[in-house]
Amino acid sequence: MGSQGGFGQSKEFLDLVKSIGESRSKAEEDRIVLREIETLRRRITEPDIPKRKMKEYIIRLVYIEMLGHDASFGYIHAVKMTHDDSLLLKRTGYLAVTLFLNEDHDLIILIVNTIQKDLKSDNFLVVCAALNAVCKLINDETIPAVLQQVVELLYHPKEAVRKKAVMALHRFYQRSPSSVTHLVTNFRKKLCDNDPGVMGATLCPLFDLIMIDVNSHKDLVGSFVSILKQVAERRLPKSYDYHQTPAPFIQIKLLKILALLGSGDKQSSEQMYTIIGDIMRRSDTTSNIGNAILYECICCVSSIHPSPKLFGAAADAIAKLLKSDVHNLRYMGIDALGRLIRINPEVAEQHQLAVIDCLEDPDDTLKRKTFELLYKMTKSSNVEVIVDRMIEYMISINDNHYKTEIASRCVELAEQFAPSNRWFIQTMNKVFQHAGDLVNPKVAHNLMRLIAEGFGEDDDTADSQLRSSAVESYLRIMGEPKLPSTFLQVICWVLGEYGTADGKYSASYIGGKLCDVAEAHSSDDTVKAYAVTALMKVCSYEKAAGRKLDMLSECQSLIESLSASHSTDLQQRAYELKAIISLDGIAMENIMPLDASCEDIEVIDKSLSFLNSYVQKSLEEGAKPYLTEHERSRTRNISNFRNHDHHDASTHSLRFEAYEVPKPVISARLPPTASLTELAAVREQSYQREVHRSPSVGSLSDKGSQELRLRLDGVQKKWGRPTYSSAASPSTSDSESHTVNGTGKGKSFEPSSRRQPEVEIPEEKQKLAASLFGGTTSKSEKKQSGGGIKGSKATRSTADQTRATTAVVHPPVDLLDFGEPSGAASGSSSTVDPFKQLEGLVDTNQYSNVSKDPDLLSLYSDAASTSGQNQNQETGNLSHGSGNRTTKGPNLKDALGKDALVRQMGVTPATQNPNLFKDLLG
Amino acid sequence: MGIRFVLMVNKQGQTRLAQYYEYLTLEERRALEGEIVRKCLARNEQQCSFVEHRTYKIVYRRYASLFFLVGVDNEEVSRAHTFTIMCPNELAILEFIHLLVETMDRHFGNVCELDIMFHLEKAHFMLEEMVMNGCIVETSKANILAPIQLMDKAS
Repeated sequence: MGSQGGFGQSKEFLDLVKSIGESRSKAEEDRIVLREIETLRRRITEPDIPKRKMKEYIIRLVYIEMLGHDASFGYIHAVKMTHDDSLLLKRTGYLAVTLFLNEDHDLIILIVNTIQKDLKSDNFLVVCAALNAVCKLINDETIPAVLQQVVELLYHPKEAVRKKAVMALHRFYQRSPSSVTHLVTNFRKKLCDNDPGVMGATLCPLFDLIMIDVNSHKDLVGSFVSILKQVAERRLPKSYDYHQTPAPFIQIKLLKILALLGSGDKQSSEQMYTIIGDIMRRSDTTSNIGNAILYECICCVSSIHPSPKLFGAAADAIAKLLKSDVHNLRYMGIDALGRLIRINPEVAEQHQLAVIDCLEDPDDTLKRKTFELLYKMTKSSNVEVIVDRMIEYMISINDNHYKTEIASRCVELAEQFAPSNRWFIQTMNKVFQHAGDLVNPKVAHNLMRLIAEGFGEDDDTADSQLRSSAVESYLRIMGEPKLPSTFLQVICWVLGEYGTADGKYSASYIGGKLCDVAEAHSSDDTVKAYAVTALMKVCSYEKAAGRKLDMLSECQSLIESLSASHSTDLQQRAYELKAIISLDGIAMENIMPLDASCEDIEVIDKSLSFLNSYVQKSLEEGAKPYLTEHERSRTRNISNFRNHDHHDASTHSLRFEAYEVPKPVISARLPPTASLTELAAVREQSYQREVHRSPSVGSLSDKGSQELRLRLDGVQKKWGRPTYSSAASPSTSDSESHTVNGTGKGKSFEPSSRRQPEVEIPEEKQKLAASLFGGTTSKSEKKQSGGGIKGSKATRSTADQTRATTAVVHPPVDLLDFGEPSGAASGSSSTVDPFKQLEGLVDTNQYSNVSKDPDLLSLYSDAASTSGQNQNQETGNLSHGSGNRTTKGPNLKDALGKDALVRQMGVTPATQNPNLFKDLLG
Repeated sequence: MGIRFVLMVNKQGQTRLAQYYEYLTLEERRALEGEIVRKCLARNEQQCSFVEHRTYKIVYRRYASLFFLVGVDNEEVSRAHTFTIMCPNELAILEFIHLLVETMDRHFGNVCELDIMFHLEKAHFMLEEMVMNGCIVETSKANILAPIQLMDKAS
């Protein structure tokens, strides 16, 4: 029986599949699968199982794993099946193995040998099956075992093999770039393969290569442009068409590559302008795939060196997307807008109402995308509205992953653009209150530092205002239940430092509040530690100021209870507190100076000379002399010189020489007899230092991650600085019209006047729009953009010229003229040998013997013509656009037929599940 | 393109086909599939066909009783890098799903859920031709089906 429903499988298998298909719940499905596991466990070890039967067992194993149960007992049988001579069985075996095993599984070693053998097979389908397995199962260690064979297969006569060999090499590159660095030129050669499938596949590895290193691939810009041109002009076989669009997936991949190559490169970008413009003009905006290409064009336009003409086309395309009723298209529109504002933020203004609609849409996906856009267009004039909205949304969602993300975005925007201290503190409070346990602890440290240091302007009153408003808001909030631990730490620290600073609150009031915190969070040692230390500070400031300190009884009982705490840290803090408050005011002032958390510690006696006698004594008793860190690392380096460049690595590496006999530990570095008070002071300060250091360390170590570093140098204008160097400052036809007709003031009115005609918009929405988009750019910004336009006008005209000349000089490189029956565009390519032109691109002698093989060409054109026929049938079946079938056969009858067939096989389902027979495309 | 997995799941949330392009343990897959399916099945027809989930962006499409879900890389957009090239083209993935269904339809003839269940390996073979290393490598239906037809003939 064929594939068409004559299932050719045993009744047992059909029963299994049907019962799985008709199970109504996960629990029922699990029962079926568990029973199946028992059956298979018994059966699969029986001797002399016919091969067909075995294949069925293997598929049943696949079902077991797919439905979430362990089928490892049968893995070895799948491995065995890869040895089978029958192609179908072999490929099924490989499929099962790739589904079951990861590349580091022990059984892989048993398959490598089979793969090696199969890669040599005469049957190209066997080679293909093996190459599929290579892509999934070969790891760094086993690459050398098959590498040579894979490279040879790049030049196999069958295009299917070449294609998979390219992907296998791509996989090796992904796994271990160093293993194939000497082979990457093969990808360039395969770009010129005369089979479009191979060419299309090669775009994947090339994309990866170009992403890593753009500059060494700039010479390929011309080839990519000409391939794209030919694809867009329908020069590929019809079988690559999808809904009347020529090879859309290849077009999209090419546009992605061009976006990389043209980024920040005017010369390369100019080569692309014409073809991108053509594709945008031609794209069918009524179909999904047409819009997918259009979207990719917009991405490309926003990535490459700006072209005013393309920018205009992209803006128009976005307008269309945003006006659509279809959510998917609006989503793409919002995303595209987020890219285009990179070139000119003003483009967002004309879409403000559409953006607000998306923001208020109940669809979460659309909402998030819109927040992403707003995040990108935040500036000091709209930060309040945007961050407030973000927080509102953050509070409403449960998804912790996204909550974390949006919280850190709020923090980032608030730090960067905060219009006032009060707003900043309030915003941070909200973020911490609702997502305090999710945000990076560094954010908390940053906040403390910011409150301590102020905004960096030499304005002490502003700084103390900031502190007062922080203290005030914290006192209000801290009684609330369920505050996150990080937030409480910040609160305690700030109250300790600044609680009594402005004289508004008494020390006993603050002290009482701190005790409340410690008591309310008795299970959180960190919070308690912060509270006790804060209490200590409040007390000592009070005493240092000469006031009489009266401890509340609750404070005293807290300290007593902490003195007996299980945590040694808490105990020590409690004892220190007791020791300190018994000292006099002057000593206090020295130990706990007021508002000195930002000051550097002055070490009075750096050499610790008061320890000299102690050290001397220890040395006489046989202790090892102290070595400085530098000296220590040097001796280490001598003993294991291989780690010379990594200090860190050397400490973790194995030692091969014997350890020396342990001696009684005598630390000459730490003053063991340092007084309690000294310890306390040092600890407080050293903590501060850590806070100071952490952001810079963080930014060094994870540059890519969220930038948590504070911008303390005043508020920055996001769009103030041009994205490109001043000579290449971005400009648009849009902004041109803006700036031409007047000064900054005139411009600020323009958006509102433009909005006037749309009368029916609710006032509230308009207000929101105005607050989001109304913020005008500063004069200096305008000046810059004005200058940029002049510059780019000039460059544009030269660009036009160069474009014109290049068009004349170089007829398009004909990479993919595969001899289409229609003979389209024969004029342009008639005089030029397409492959001759390409020879410059690649190593000639290696390349030419493959590409000029005449057999291949004829083979290919055969395939092209048959696939063309198929395509015609296909288009007859398919309706235009969304791809819903209109002229499809009577699917009810078909379904009934299938049902009847299953029944004939003797399968009698317990319950009916008509869904199983439902025509998917119907 | 960064496809991380392709799933077919029915209305009841039962997996009908699963192919991952990165290794996840059985437990991880089970959890992931459960979470994603819950998320996608709760959405209505008017909403976007895209859902964010952890580090994935899920593009899904419903055909009769069967959901096709494709998980792609969801590169986080940071302010420092206001654009990321690696971002997926969600619409293209959506159409890729349709191409897969059309291809299966051409092979099976009015493809239904049961066809995929009875011929699980064939559905996998088609996917193997179309996607390798998480990239879309073949989009010509003729090329995708050729090896499967040859195999049918041979056996």
